Amino acid sequence: MDLLEPLQSGIERRALIEVALLGAVCGALGTWVLTFRLAYSAESLAHGLLPGLVIAALAGLPLLLGGVAGVAAAALTIGVAGRDARIGSDTATAVAVTGLLGLGGLLALAPETPARLEELLFGDPLGVTDRDLAAAAALALLGGAALAALHRPLSAVALDVVGARSLGIRPTAVRLALLALLAAALAVAVQGLGALLVLAVLVAPAVAVRRHASSPGRAMVAAGATAVAAGAVGVYASHLLGTAAGASVALALCLAAAVGATLPPRAAPATS
Amino acid sequence: MTAGRGSDADVAAHADRAARTAGSAPIAVAADALALSYGGAVVLEHVGFSLHAGSSLAVLGPNGGGKTTLLRALTGELAPLRGSVAVDGRPAYLAQSERTRLDFPVSALDVALMGALGNGRWWLPARRSDRTAAQAALDRVGLAERANVRFGELSGGQRQRVLLARALVQDASVLLLDEPLAGVDPASAERIGRLFDELRAEGRTLLVSTHDVESARSFDAVLCVNRRQIAFGEPASTLTRDVLERTYGDEIVVIDGDGEGPLRAVTVQHHHH
Repeated sequence: MDLLEPLQSGIERRALIEVALLGAVCGALGTWVLTFRLAYSAESLAHGLLPGLVIAALAGLPLLLGGVAGVAAAALTIGVAGRDARIGSDTATAVAVTGLLGLGGLLALAPETPARLEELLFGDPLGVTDRDLAAAAALALLGGAALAALHRPLSAVALDVVGARSLGIRPTAVRLALLALLAAALAVAVQGLGALLVLAVLVAPAVAVRRHASSPGRAMVAAGATAVAAGAVGVYASHLLGTAAGASVALALCLAAAVGATLPPRAAPATS
Repeated sequence: MTAGRGSDADVAAHADRAARTAGSAPIAVAADALALSYGGAVVLEHVGFSLHAGSSLAVLGPNGGGKTTLLRALTGELAPLRGSVAVDGRPAYLAQSERTRLDFPVSALDVALMGALGNGRWWLPARRSDRTAAQAALDRVGLAERANVRFGELSGGQRQRVLLARALVQDASVLLLDEPLAGVDPASAERIGRLFDELRAEGRTLLVSTHDVESARSFDAVLCVNRRQIAFGEPASTLTRDVLERTYGDEIVVIDGDGEGPLRAVTVQHHHH
C-alpha cells in the first residue's frame, strides 16, 4: 500500500491540509474550552448556527458568512433564553438549540430547494474550496496569535478569578475574548466538519491530553498535535475504507480522546 | 552591603516605625459608612475604619459574617451599596488556596510569575527579570526548591506561601488575605507569621481575615464584623467578652474571662453541609 497515495489526489491533499490547519488551532483552543468549562456552550453554538449555514447555502452566499451570522444569532438566542432564571439556563439553552436545529432542518428540507443538509450537518472535508482553506489558514494564524497573546491572562483567570482581578486583569474581558475566539473557530471549522461534528475537533483533543500535560502551554501543543494526527488518520481511513470523510475524522478524534482519557497519567510526584 | 547603607536603612526603618506609632504614616486603607450587597439583601453594613501604611488588621467574624465580602470590596470587585472605600494602589488578593483551581497544571513558579501581570504588558511573554523576581520571591517564602512542583500538589501552607510570593512579585503595598492560616501546618503558619512582620516593616499594609481570636492579638488592630461592624480598635481594648459575644453569638467559647490578664476565647465553627 502506498501511504502517499491519497496525497496524489488534489481533493485528499486539500482535505489533509484543512484538517491539519483546523486541528492545530482548534485543538489548542480546546484546552481552554475545557479549562473554562465551555464544552456545553461550544456544542450549543455549533448546533445553533445551522440556520445561518442553511440560509447562506440557499442564497448562494459564502458559507463562512452564514457560519459567522449563525454563530452570532445562536449566541444571541441562547443568551436571551438562558436569562430565564425560572427555567434554568441549561434547560433553556437545550430548548433554544433544538429549536434552532429544527429551524435549520425545516429550511434545508423545503421541497423546492437543493438540500445539502447532510454536508452542513456532518461536514465534507473532501469538498473544501480554496476559500475554505484560506479561511482555515487565517484562523490558524490569527487564532494562534490570539492564544499566544492571551496565554498569561487566561492562566491567571483560570487559577483564581479574584486574584487575577487584583493583578489588573479583567476576567470578564478575558472570558469574552475566549468566547469570541471560540465563535470564530466554530464559524470556520464548521465548513469542513459540519454543525454536528465540529465539536470533535474542539473538545476531543483537549480531553485526550488533559491528564498528561504538565503545563497549559504543553497541553495546547499536545492537543494541537493530537488533532492534526487524528485528523490525518480520519482522512486516510475514509480513503481506505470508503467511509464518509467528516464522520471518519470526528470518530478518529473521539477515539483519541477515549484513549487519552483511559491511559494512566505519567507518574506524578508523590503528594504530601 | 556597606555599613553606611545598612545604617541608613536602619534609620529609615526606625523613622518609619516611629511615624507609625505617632500615627503620622499615610492612610493606606479607609472605609466610611460602608454597606455592601451582592445585588440582594445587605451582607455587611456600618463599616468605618482606617489603617496607616505598614500596619496590620485582623478581620474577625463568623462564617457568613461578611469578612470575605469586605475583602472583595477592597479589591474594587464589589462596588459599595452605600458609603465609600479607599485603598492605596492596587491591593493584592490572596484567596483561600482551596478556592483556587487545584487541577490547573501550573507550577509554583508559574503562579509566582503571575504577579508580574500587575506591571501591564499582559500580551507579552514574561521577561527574564520577571522570572528572576519570581524565583527570588519563592526563595523568600522558603519554597525555592519546590519552584517546579505543581501548585495543586503543594500543601495548603505551601500554596499560601506561593500566593504570598505572587503578591511580592506584584509589589502591592496593600495585601488582602482571606483566612491564610486556615488548615495550615504549624511550620508554615510560623513562617507566614514571620513574613507578615517583614512585610509590615517594609511599610506594606496587611488585612487578614481569620477565625482565630488568639492570633488576632498580634495584629495592630482588629475589626469585628457580623453582618455589621461590631468593633474596631487595638486588640487589647477591643476584644472584650461583650464584643466577642456580639460578633460570634453562640460560636464563641470563652475559656478564661475572669478579668485577670487577657481574655482567652476560641470559636467553634458550625459546619453546614
